[in-house]
Amino acid sequence: MNATVAASSSKPGTASAKARAHKHGTPAAHPPKHSKHHAHKKHRKKHRRHKRHKKHLTGLPGAPAPPTIPLNPPPPSNTPPPFQGGPISLAQARRLLWRAGFGPTPGQAEALAGTPIDEAIQNLTRPSGEPALHGPTPTDDEGNALTPADAWGQDHCWWLDRMVRSDQQLVERMTFIWHDWFANSNSKVNDQQRMLDQNALFRSHALGSFDDLFMAVTSDPAMLVFLDGIYNNKWDPNENYAREMMELFSLGADRGAYTETDVREMARALTGWTADWTENEGLQKFRFDKNRFDEGTKTVFGKTGDWGWEDAVRLCVSHPLHASYFVSKLWSYFVPAPPSQETLASLQGLYNSSGHSIRAVVEAILAHPDFLNGPELVTPPVVYNAGLLRAVGRGIDTTAWSWLCSGAGQQLFYPPNVAGWDFTRWLDTSTAKARWELASYVTSETYANPWPGKGEAKYSETEEALPALESALAYWANPQLTGETHQSLAEFAQTCLEGGVIQAKWQNSPFRAIRQNALRMLIATSPDMQVS
Amino acid sequence: MAQSCSCNDFYRTRNHAIAQAGSGLPSIEPGQPLPAGSGMDRRSFMLRSVGAMLSVYGAGALSPQHFEEGIAAAAAATPPKQPVLVSIFMEGGWDALSVLAPVKEARYHELRPNLGKKEGEGTIFAEDEDLMWHPQASGLAQLHAEGKVTVFPAIGYDPPDESHFTSRHYWEVGELNAQTRSGWMGRYLDVAGDSQNPLQGLSLDYQLAPALATTKVPVAAVSSPSDYQFWAYGLGDPLTNPTLDAFGRLGELGAPSPAFAQARTASLDTNIIRNQVAPFAEHEGKPGFTSPVAYPSAGGDFPLRLAALAAMLDDEELPIKCVSLSAVGGYDTHSDEVETLSTNLGETVASVLAFQRDLEARKIDDRVIIQLWSEFGRRPEENGSGTDHGAAGVSFLIGSRLKGEMVGEFPGLSKLDENENLVNTSDFRAMYAGILGQWFQTEAGLVIPEAGTGLAGPSAYGNVPALIA
Repeated sequence: MNATVAASSSKPGTASAKARAHKHGTPAAHPPKHSKHHAHKKHRKKHRRHKRHKKHLTGLPGAPAPPTIPLNPPPPSNTPPPFQGGPISLAQARRLLWRAGFGPTPGQAEALAGTPIDEAIQNLTRPSGEPALHGPTPTDDEGNALTPADAWGQDHCWWLDRMVRSDQQLVERMTFIWHDWFANSNSKVNDQQRMLDQNALFRSHALGSFDDLFMAVTSDPAMLVFLDGIYNNKWDPNENYAREMMELFSLGADRGAYTETDVREMARALTGWTADWTENEGLQKFRFDKNRFDEGTKTVFGKTGDWGWEDAVRLCVSHPLHASYFVSKLWSYFVPAPPSQETLASLQGLYNSSGHSIRAVVEAILAHPDFLNGPELVTPPVVYNAGLLRAVGRGIDTTAWSWLCSGAGQQLFYPPNVAGWDFTRWLDTSTAKARWELASYVTSETYANPWPGKGEAKYSETEEALPALESALAYWANPQLTGETHQSLAEFAQTCLEGGVIQAKWQNSPFRAIRQNALRMLIATSPDMQVS
Repeated sequence: MAQSCSCNDFYRTRNHAIAQAGSGLPSIEPGQPLPAGSGMDRRSFMLRSVGAMLSVYGAGALSPQHFEEGIAAAAAATPPKQPVLVSIFMEGGWDALSVLAPVKEARYHELRPNLGKKEGEGTIFAEDEDLMWHPQASGLAQLHAEGKVTVFPAIGYDPPDESHFTSRHYWEVGELNAQTRSGWMGRYLDVAGDSQNPLQGLSLDYQLAPALATTKVPVAAVSSPSDYQFWAYGLGDPLTNPTLDAFGRLGELGAPSPAFAQARTASLDTNIIRNQVAPFAEHEGKPGFTSPVAYPSAGGDFPLRLAALAAMLDDEELPIKCVSLSAVGGYDTHSDEVETLSTNLGETVASVLAFQRDLEARKIDDRVIIQLWSEFGRRPEENGSGTDHGAAGVSFLIGSRLKGEMVGEFPGLSKLDENENLVNTSDFRAMYAGILGQWFQTEAGLVIPEAGTGLAGPSAYGNVPALIA
């Protein structure tokens, strides 16, 4: 499996591309063995084989649960949150398409500008029917259909394709948010199909009821493996899911929402899940087995009963500190600074009165002036990648995107840990370099060739500096740059071939082609293009 | 790679790479106007003593010669005495009771019927004969016998927090404050570092370690020097270096928001680091350095990063002060602990041992200490095939200059805390205070609130140990 990746993912700097492809893939921790099972030998062997693909540990979650979760939230209020009406500006349209989707296709933002804001938002939040995928179907580097359940990295590319081509952009974006919220990694689940099933679950609940989503996730096989639900039984309670369902999924740490005793009692409520391990198919037949369930009474959040796993979810979502956690965390995916007390109170009220509707809260966030007019947000690596592909009209025709995104800090289906990726720390000297590599790869089929073969068109021998910059901007579907950045690029375009750089007439065309490629790279990797 | 290198002409390789890195860049002479379009003044020049291109920002009207001298001084400090801390994180909460197992205690075997280590499996820990080294930690036992390991057998803080993220955050920021956004090493660099030099705080990873997050001075993340090469389709001479320089220049412009500032800073620092690490990158199939010792092949990127780091530390002109990297694998062993821990611990310790031997062979072991840490230890009572989150854990400092005396004793399993976890006998903030005060010779209280001088003696966090021999 690795050989395919190495052979197919390396055009630039072949050796390092191979080395990188080779590095990816290994579990941070070994997948768990099914402890009560006898057929250990084969199972262990399987893990050893996987071990060769050493996955680097990306993403260090510096902060605890995002600092935007309020310690003392205001009570919910019935006042609607502030919203902006009127037509959407071009800048707002671009932002909406980048933050609630995966960036504009050529002309899309321009066409959306002037539409009433609520209509522009509802186009995203209220899609009808099944999503359609426009454009060429995804393939690997040899033109074969992707096999996302089997081949390394093709799970990433399969989903990236949906991000690039789906006409229900927000549904994909919400699926992406749920993948981070309920962050499971295939490094431990070790079954791509199981991760894809979970992905379908996220998509089907993308904008529905959070309670339904949480309930479905709690009994989802990938989650039962990832947080050891199948090892949690009445004899040996395992606290892994109990703690994270409160800390990360519904209530937040260090807010006084629960105690260590609640963690232990909740673990007992969650006992009973199990699965069988078979030689050929690994873990199968995920089910609730009441013989493994602790039927005694448990006291959680001061409430006593013979709680089971569904009660565990209900107890969390009916906790008085749940609504403030939910709306604050969801807000943080769309807006960089925390909401005001009034907005926080209103969003909680809306969440509760709508029956924990995700769609209702997302619509309110997208219409909020803080979203439409507030400061920039750094674009996550996968969104950046999908956005560049959408801008140049390229589909998935290589599996290189999986290792390229990984270098930039985000490989889908491999979040760094159960807290997901740190959305406040995407850019540093390592990931900025990886974005350079990624942007270059996006141009691999359409860069201006300085050295065309016989019969191929030569690049212009006379192109002036400013038209060159215009042409490079058009290549990326005319993204928004600040005046300062534009000026700096214009100066580069004007000076880079001056001062005796061109010494012979034959250099006019190739050096202008190189300048064009340089400008395209500088635009795509500019700080301006990393934010929306 | 490193261990099988046949190219031993280290300096020639290096200079070749430097020539590449610097080619095509205009030289800046005194009196030359500032680069057009930039919001700050900026100078690029060859730092002759290092032979590397450097770009410098925001330093007013100093002449390039001034810069050269200033940077050479700041960058090189007073070699070879410039102290370095290499901090290695065992992610997930490693099981202290397996790493240093209290095998003589009957209670241990009651709590750990499946996972407990048995007497005779590993070396007895000489400072407390009730404890036994995990067989896969034999490299640590060996260094400990040489007096180069300071053991903290039950380190933590009160009250303990059993969340990975909260506890890790406390260790990263050096205080029990969930809101702090700068790391403890980052704040040390804010106090003692250089406003021009991102290499002083180096994450050998694909992303910056939170413990290195600063508020004032720049720091860097580099997965490895050989990965840090810039290439693009259809880009080449004569425009490669001018383009990369233009890329860095975009990092100097105004930023209307914190997100924009993060993006601008990343561009700016990327361009500086690119020039600094170029000499250590593999070039045309030849490694940028040779290692005097063999590193293990197991452990993925970890041994490769340590090998490159030793070579970089051996260049006294590179102003590296704090380094952070992650150990092999994960340690959150709720299930399948025996195999997972053995593999990851074994691969990590073997590489750390090689790194220490490398430093010794290069004769720079007197200016480096290594810290092994984890966010907590695990619950004494096993859950079947694994262990849940606990409180006090184990931590090590490794280095030739250390006293190598245990800090705090092992508290035993007869008296656990209210959550049935191991109680601590030392506080991580006292360890940090000791590193700051005695190793870096910086007042600890400037970095860790209320930590005092950091010299040995009582503090707000219990006794600060005497660390240095």
